[in-house]
Amino acid sequence: MKNEKIKFKDRLKDISSGLGDSLKESTLWGSIFRPGSPFRKGYSDSPRNRSYVVMNNVLYHLHPVKVKRHGVRLSYTLCLGGLSFFTFIVLTITGIWLMFYFRPTEMAYVDIQSLQTSIAFGSLVRNMHRWAAHIMVLVVFLHMSRVFYHGAYKAPREFNWVIGVILLILTLLLSFTGYLLPWDQLAIWAVTVGGNMAGYTPVFGAQVKFALFAGLEATEATLLRFYVLHVLFFPFIIVIFMAIHFWRVRKDGGISGPL
Amino acid sequence: MVDIPEHLLLKTAEARAKALGISVEQALAEMRGEVQPTKIEKEPDVIEVTPIEVEVKETPPPAAEVKETAPPAVEVKETPPPAAEVKETAPPAAEVKETPAAASAVKEAPAPAPEKSNGQVPTEVDFAPETKVTQRLLTVVKAKPIQKPTSEPVDKVNTWPHLMLPEFISLMAMTAFLIFISAILQAPLLEEANPNITPNPAKAPWYFLGLQELLSYWDPQIAGVMIPLLIGVAAFMAIPYIDRNKENKPSKRKYAIMLWTFFLAGAGTLSLIGILFRGPGWNWTYPWIDGVWFDDLLDWVHFE
Repeated sequence: MKNEKIKFKDRLKDISSGLGDSLKESTLWGSIFRPGSPFRKGYSDSPRNRSYVVMNNVLYHLHPVKVKRHGVRLSYTLCLGGLSFFTFIVLTITGIWLMFYFRPTEMAYVDIQSLQTSIAFGSLVRNMHRWAAHIMVLVVFLHMSRVFYHGAYKAPREFNWVIGVILLILTLLLSFTGYLLPWDQLAIWAVTVGGNMAGYTPVFGAQVKFALFAGLEATEATLLRFYVLHVLFFPFIIVIFMAIHFWRVRKDGGISGPL
Repeated sequence: MVDIPEHLLLKTAEARAKALGISVEQALAEMRGEVQPTKIEKEPDVIEVTPIEVEVKETPPPAAEVKETAPPAVEVKETPPPAAEVKETAPPAAEVKETPAAASAVKEAPAPAPEKSNGQVPTEVDFAPETKVTQRLLTVVKAKPIQKPTSEPVDKVNTWPHLMLPEFISLMAMTAFLIFISAILQAPLLEEANPNITPNPAKAPWYFLGLQELLSYWDPQIAGVMIPLLIGVAAFMAIPYIDRNKENKPSKRKYAIMLWTFFLAGAGTLSLIGILFRGPGWNWTYPWIDGVWFDDLLDWVHFE
């Protein structure tokens, strides 16, 4: 009796491993997982496969195959650049989710309220979006300080620093335009303060303020304007600059240093 | 005897006939053992080289250099060992002759070799005639790599797993942190926007509160526009073009680090004042006495 049980177990094991093998040998599987993928048949941890892992994956190949040894120390970069990018991705995902439940009209405040009270995970996702936004501003600024303290803006990386400053400004603009969207007292008055500051621009201050507010003061027209800027225009611009930024990191010789 | 296929035999015979200058039939007969084989006039194995003076440029390790250029002479089978020894001890600056002829010249030189006195001097060295030049030495090229490395080798590691693993861990940590604070900390939502009711104080987002604080000291055109545009944008972008110091070691760029630290301290102080120490009417308040007016972190700072 016991013998038969073991036999049955072994048989099951054989069948399952055989299925796995034939699946991995199939054309479909091999066409999905490119060489170097740990899911591919016959994967082993070799220098060749370590290179393939990076080269043959659309996301990973943002990185070069090899990096300077000092650059992988967490204490060198604190992963601040990577975390800036990651918070941006988190914000994109949660932001798209929030767009399903939000109308940039006089209904905006009601939508936020119902998001918090009657939509599954609505409160959590809104909180994540908001805190991630604050964290992104902080992390981008810390990244900038880290780069300064390492002197990483020096030749040949001068222009990438300029792009980095543009990215910081875009981050602030993204955060600022998003600030108005809940359409509560905090939002409207913070944006009024900010918009009034911009109104002090010499010579054409009134025009700047009018363009920003889509009128003389923060109204629902401003809300729509900020919404479009927040969900489409600035993300579009910042992605272009991020692409240039990452590309330049590699073109300028990878991470700076060692100190 | 193994039967050799006819066509192979014929081919060999043709080659033999060509080499010896005899007819193919005769060669074939010779190979079959029917006829006495033609005697082969053996060519000397040694390749004749015209005497060319090889300039040995680097004299410091003379013995080694001489040895390096010596091999052709040593290869001459009949040359006795003493001759080679004599060569090795030749004066370094001298031009080293490395032909069989030169070797024989050395051999005939008066330099005494122990075997020579014993009368065991090789009497004949098989040399080809002077006129038959098949090969000549043009120069001796020093062994050097063809590619010249232009930069110092850098200590590198594979991105996978050495960089991507820490990255992945920090992403996971950030995600966990975000979910955690989102679960315990409610994002602020005040009453619906009302342009007719101005809160007191009306504060900008926290990253602009340093500027708003400056706004209370200076003219808005300076604090609200000129400083953010000139310092926040233009000066920041110009930093790499102003700072021409090529060093990146902190000890060699103390001035730059000092400036940035001052900027951080100033911006941080102004922001903290704006966040914590400003109440209604933008008047100075103490957070531990009067409370905090900072709605970005409403959950944390709201005292009942």
